[in-house]
Amino acid sequence: MSPTDPTTTLPLLSVEGVSKRFGEIEVLRSVDLRVARGEVLAVIGASGSGKTTLLRCLNGLEVPDAGRVAIADTAIDFSARPAPRELRALRDRSAMVFQHYHLFPHRTVLENITEGPLVVQRRPRDQVHEEALALLERVGLASRAGAYPHELSGGQQQRVGILRALALRPELLLFDEPTSALDPELVGDVLTLMRDLAAEGWTMVVVTHELQFAREVAQQVAFVDQGRVLEHGAPEQVLRAPREERTRQFVHRLLRPL
Amino acid sequence: MTEIDWDLVLGSLGPIAGGAIRGTIPLALASFAVGMVLAVAVAMMRLYGNRAAKAAARFFVSVIRGTPLLVQLFVVFYGLPSLGVTIDPWPSAIIAFSLNVGGYAAEVVRAAILSVSKGQWEAAYMIGMSRRTSLLRVILPQASRVAVPPLSNTFISLVKDTSLASLILVTELFREAQQIAAFSQEFMTLYVEAAIAYWVVCLALSSGQSALERRLDQYVAH
Repeated sequence: MSPTDPTTTLPLLSVEGVSKRFGEIEVLRSVDLRVARGEVLAVIGASGSGKTTLLRCLNGLEVPDAGRVAIADTAIDFSARPAPRELRALRDRSAMVFQHYHLFPHRTVLENITEGPLVVQRRPRDQVHEEALALLERVGLASRAGAYPHELSGGQQQRVGILRALALRPELLLFDEPTSALDPELVGDVLTLMRDLAAEGWTMVVVTHELQFAREVAQQVAFVDQGRVLEHGAPEQVLRAPREERTRQFVHRLLRPL
Repeated sequence: MTEIDWDLVLGSLGPIAGGAIRGTIPLALASFAVGMVLAVAVAMMRLYGNRAAKAAARFFVSVIRGTPLLVQLFVVFYGLPSLGVTIDPWPSAIIAFSLNVGGYAAEVVRAAILSVSKGQWEAAYMIGMSRRTSLLRVILPQASRVAVPPLSNTFISLVKDTSLASLILVTELFREAQQIAAFSQEFMTLYVEAAIAYWVVCLALSSGQSALERRLDQYVAH
């Protein structure tokens, strides 16, 4: 399975002036971003900076108060409150991997992967099953197809979470700190899979604390601070030679935690 | 103490079992089914409705829980005819019991839905589900596991409460026992027999609950 061929030079994802407040707190202040097809954007920043909210605005799990989000030719202008149907149209273009996996505990591993394609997309059962089993095979979990999520390790659950996202055949993959809830020894398998996906040409937005991963895999890094994209550019520049003092401090702290 | 009239006991088994099978059990099942639909609807109104829907749902629950079931039954069967609405015993009983179950179970359903983590809604939305599909395929199946024990209580109470239907002329277990008791004047024998019959029905239902819980528990970590 591979993402759609790059047929256009327009950005696949474009975010313009997205703002969001929770009560008195301005969580996002007029954020702009562009991601081309096949590109990986790593979003970094301290907890509470707004980076997760930004990611959730991309598929309508949070509804921005203002601004515009477009994935390919599906765009929502948030100056008016969007209808549920509009949000779903935007959401159909992407798939998200959650920090805490959020697998469906009452469904088997296989059913977790096939639920969307079968129930929402109404694709043929045989084809969906075959694809799901091939995905499981690829990450070495084919033998666990009939297991329930609680019978899997965290790293296995997160890989199933990624497969669930892939099975939807999205154009854009969204990752919300996919390794933050994992024990350190389980992080590697998940990052390896994500690296492979990037190499295959999937377009990805990854909120992460894994700076090494960002440096190796991302074409762009955005540093979010107090609801703004404070600094944005190639990983080499943002991570090695940050222009902003706050970026420097953040990167420094993560690289030398002791 | 007088001796137990075993012939009477044996002879009354048939009518009492018949009252259970033709009266008590179908009345309880029908009322519970209708009541659960109502309960889910009321719970949804309280959780996700607009201000008016929330207020209406709260009012309904408050009235049902704050008034005796016997009075509700009498209002429907003996009260409504004076407004020109006459309903037969059976439908009257089903209406009153369903409303009662709806009021009590609504709170159980609401709490069970709230016990499912917000992440499950988000995962359902993420894969493209509408709110309705998310509820039916993701949230309610998980909520049902939490709701089964308290709903079993509601159901067992309902089975016993159906004996009140004898007072609005529904032929069910207790009414059969009453009639035989009145005829034979063996009140103790017949009422103890009726009590045992209710107990047997409830025992059977409890084993059904255990089986259901085992089935729903298979995907949950212990």
